[in-house]
Amino acid sequence: MSEQPQISRAEIEDFLYMEAALLDEWRLDEWLGLLTDDASYLVPPNDAPDGDHHDTLFIVADDIHRVKARVKRLKSRNAHAENPKSRTRRMISNVRIRSVVDDVASVTANFVIYRFRRHEQIREYVGRYEYKLRVCGGDIKIAERKAILDAEQLAGLGSVSIIL
Amino acid sequence: MDTVRYIIDDSEQAVFKVHRSVFVKPEILEQERSKIFDRCWLYVGHVSEVRNPGDFRTRVVGGRPVIFTKGADGEIRVFLNSCTHRGTLVCREREGNAKTFRCFYHAWSFNNCGELIAVPGEDAYGPNFDKGHLALREVPRLAHYKGFYLLNFDAHAESLTHYLAGAKEYLDIIVDQSPTGELEIIQGTQEYDIAANWKLLAENSFDDYHVAPTHITYFEYLKDSGVNVAIPKGLLMPRHGLGKALGNGHAVIDNQTYRGRPIAYWMPMYGEEAREEIAQIRAELVSRLGEERAYRAADTNRNLLIFPNLVINDGSSVTVRTFFPLTERRMRVTAWAIGPVGESATARARRLDSFLTFYGPGGFATPDDVEALEVLQQGIATWKEVEWSDLSRGMTKPIEEQLNTDEPHLRAFWRRWNELMQTD
Repeated sequence: MSEQPQISRAEIEDFLYMEAALLDEWRLDEWLGLLTDDASYLVPPNDAPDGDHHDTLFIVADDIHRVKARVKRLKSRNAHAENPKSRTRRMISNVRIRSVVDDVASVTANFVIYRFRRHEQIREYVGRYEYKLRVCGGDIKIAERKAILDAEQLAGLGSVSIIL
Repeated sequence: MDTVRYIIDDSEQAVFKVHRSVFVKPEILEQERSKIFDRCWLYVGHVSEVRNPGDFRTRVVGGRPVIFTKGADGEIRVFLNSCTHRGTLVCREREGNAKTFRCFYHAWSFNNCGELIAVPGEDAYGPNFDKGHLALREVPRLAHYKGFYLLNFDAHAESLTHYLAGAKEYLDIIVDQSPTGELEIIQGTQEYDIAANWKLLAENSFDDYHVAPTHITYFEYLKDSGVNVAIPKGLLMPRHGLGKALGNGHAVIDNQTYRGRPIAYWMPMYGEEAREEIAQIRAELVSRLGEERAYRAADTNRNLLIFPNLVINDGSSVTVRTFFPLTERRMRVTAWAIGPVGESATARARRLDSFLTFYGPGGFATPDDVEALEVLQQGIATWKEVEWSDLSRGMTKPIEEQLNTDEPHLRAFWRRWNELMQTD
């Protein structure tokens, strides 16, 4: 039996709050630094939240290369959907460590992300995160983050031009 | 009576203008509902979505809630989702399989062929009460072309085959990508609103003039992945393409491919390991269709608009997209991915991955289209002062030489729209 890393919910929460702050502050390069070299970022479709992106059309299914490309795009003034950048405020709660196997902690959390942009209605992205966090010593890295929206359809949420 | 013309269409002077009031006036939308959406063929779903008897999908088409379903008798029907008793929705699920649709309000029940089979307390009704006349109402017309089902609320509408005119040939080339001749809608629906008039998405869906400026970040992404996106002198896109009217307001852009296509044109983003399978897919196309048609299927791409609101973009992947006005300044878009039945797991995954590079609300391009249409809608609040929009690109050229970055296809949409709006 391998020795499992000791990680507390408080440590995980600190990490998730820090991640949320980086995203809210558009510090996207620093956010990329939280990801493992093989990380993925997924947003499943509203009507198949349990689907697999290999056989289901997701909203977002980024491997590490596309996450990096997404950040590069979002930093460009030509990412018109986010220029001017929207203001976001993320609320993370109900953080639970579901399992720790080897060095990977499966963590779920609820989120509400408010998005504000001039001339646009406030958008409230509500849902839950499913994280695979690689815990190595005191260091936490994101191996997979899945943002599962509760909305039945995007509808007034429009497009998902921010990182959820 | 409104004396302002909706469009100015003068081929001799190479002038084509659309009056901006058509995007902002609620009374225009009211007329569109009766003159366009109540008369044109509208996409409701694909045969692959109702494979088994009892399978159903509920949708809103042309402002009406409908049930797209296959009955126990094997027939595909579209019912108006409204109890013949008082009008309640008889089905509130998005999709599923049902032998009966039971209205929960007073518990009238209909089988999946539409027949009214149970009415509690039937003895209280008089002698004129006839269950045979109270079946779920079907839409006046339903037809399909190669598995794409369209409905029409006008019982006297021309046949779908006739209506589709030159668009059929482009549907054929898309369907030809499947070795079995069958396509299927892939699980996962993208449903999102755009705060803009619905006609702006009809334009945008095949407006190649906007692609280079609006989608700079997409081109940069392709370039970083090893695709040559350099734009040759004389063009506004990396490769040559044409815009074409197909009759009845349908139109297409028909382009040489500059990026990869899951069927069957490799690009570096797919990875070296994909080369062999794509070569196999291509070889199958050549053996089945011949070199020339295989070239069209694999090495050219097309964005097809079937008037008024069905778009099939066969580009970095194949998307089926339809959209309806919610108000004169808001639309709801529904989009799916479609692919060959029997496609390998790796080819299917590649198709979906390739879809997400460009298309969809989380893609690298669609969000910028949404932004473009929304800020256009905001801008044309000035319509009383700045009255006209210009769509005259390429009008001085012979029709067969007008490019994808010209606007003959957009004009085809507008001419048909204008024609229908002039009817009583």
